[in-house]
Amino acid sequence: MSDITIKIKDREGVQHSVDAPTDMNMNIMELVRAYELAPEGTIGICGGMAMCASCQCYIESDHELPEKTPDEDAMLWEAFNVKDNSRLGCQIHITEALDGLELELAPEA
Amino acid sequence: MITTDILIIGAGPTGLFAVFEAGLLKMKCHLIDALPQPGGQLTELYPKKPIFDIPGYPEVLAGDLVTNLMEQIKQFEPGFTLGETAETIDKKEDGTFIVTTNKGTKHQAKAIAIAGGLGTFLPRKPLIENIESFEEKGVEYFVKDPEQFRDKKILIAGGGDSALDWSIFLADVAASVTLVHRRNEFRGALDSVEKVQELKTQGKINLMTPAEVVGVHGEDYLTAVDIDKEGEVITLEVDNFIPLFGLTPKLGPIADWGLEIEKNAIKVNNALDYQTNIEGIYAIGDVNTYPGKLKLILCGFHEATLMCQSVYNRINPGKRYVLKYTTVSGIDGFDGTRKQAEKAVVKAIQ
Repeated sequence: MSDITIKIKDREGVQHSVDAPTDMNMNIMELVRAYELAPEGTIGICGGMAMCASCQCYIESDHELPEKTPDEDAMLWEAFNVKDNSRLGCQIHITEALDGLELELAPEA
Repeated sequence: MITTDILIIGAGPTGLFAVFEAGLLKMKCHLIDALPQPGGQLTELYPKKPIFDIPGYPEVLAGDLVTNLMEQIKQFEPGFTLGETAETIDKKEDGTFIVTTNKGTKHQAKAIAIAGGLGTFLPRKPLIENIESFEEKGVEYFVKDPEQFRDKKILIAGGGDSALDWSIFLADVAASVTLVHRRNEFRGALDSVEKVQELKTQGKINLMTPAEVVGVHGEDYLTAVDIDKEGEVITLEVDNFIPLFGLTPKLGPIADWGLEIEKNAIKVNNALDYQTNIEGIYAIGDVNTYPGKLKLILCGFHEATLMCQSVYNRINPGKRYVLKYTTVSGIDGFDGTRKQAEKAVVKAIQ
């Protein structure tokens, strides 16, 4: 197990390249919080239960991601600012296959 | 004017447990919450989800934890102002505070404990032009009093439990209920989904999917909405439009109370008593921040306990007290009840 690199564009448009551990059962939402790339209280509000869409992000690279669960799919149908490449960061677990993943945080809604 | 010893802003688990600890010290509490029921995010967001890190409970449903907390504090007779938001605070010369809600309800207290969690849960508003001008004039984001909708033509939008549950409930109250969702699938308890299906078959709920409300019309009051159904825009006459797209927390008016704020949270003195930069105002639970802060329910319980001890000393200067154990002392409720350990039997064995 080793760290991978993930590129995240924050809500201000600033690019960050961060090291993400693959052995701590973390997801993209938690990674954003760990690096404080979005203010506390504006991301991960429901704690990662696919219930608030505050961690919505747009996937910019062509990595193969795990399929959306019915919960994630349903939440995205209720969320705002949704695009074809929208995903909930809390539902994407960090694995070695995601090395080099590029994403952008959706606006706060 | 409601008067109390500690006014707790936020009726989540931390605020509720503070009532217990205050009660042990003979202090009365009153709670204000923006939501129509106590429990905070546990009740509003995930009542059926298990929590695994409450000491002594290997597993407890969030909703059950709130039910248990309400049971635990009932003998201390807390007061509640629900469905209202604490808006302004005034510190009087005698050291008491007056807190006024958005509905004008006034509360006077000797100390304030902000237990606001992530903030006030405000409705997520759909991105529809001009919708603000019809708020509370036909557009309602909460169902506080179902009677308000008796014999009205109602349109509910959303795809989750709230949309399903209120559609079911209002089907018997309103003149008509139309439920609009962007897709055919709903996310909710299975029996709710099946009940809506049944009411649709009986013609009691008009279901429009996949569809979306895209416009609102009226003079002073809402009279109609535009619905985009697969590219075709239909105008439907309605008395009320209830968008139920969930809630999002905002710190809200508390942010303007002169408290030191850092990272969307209130800075407190964690070495002592979780008091803010304003003497007599405390912040406990997820709403506060200090070095090493963890947003956990169990940490909120601890913070509530220390806060109560500090408030006791504040409002009873010079009145000596030592911590007592409930196992030894029992609990004397404000309602006249007494709970205590059973006395040991002293009897000779022949």
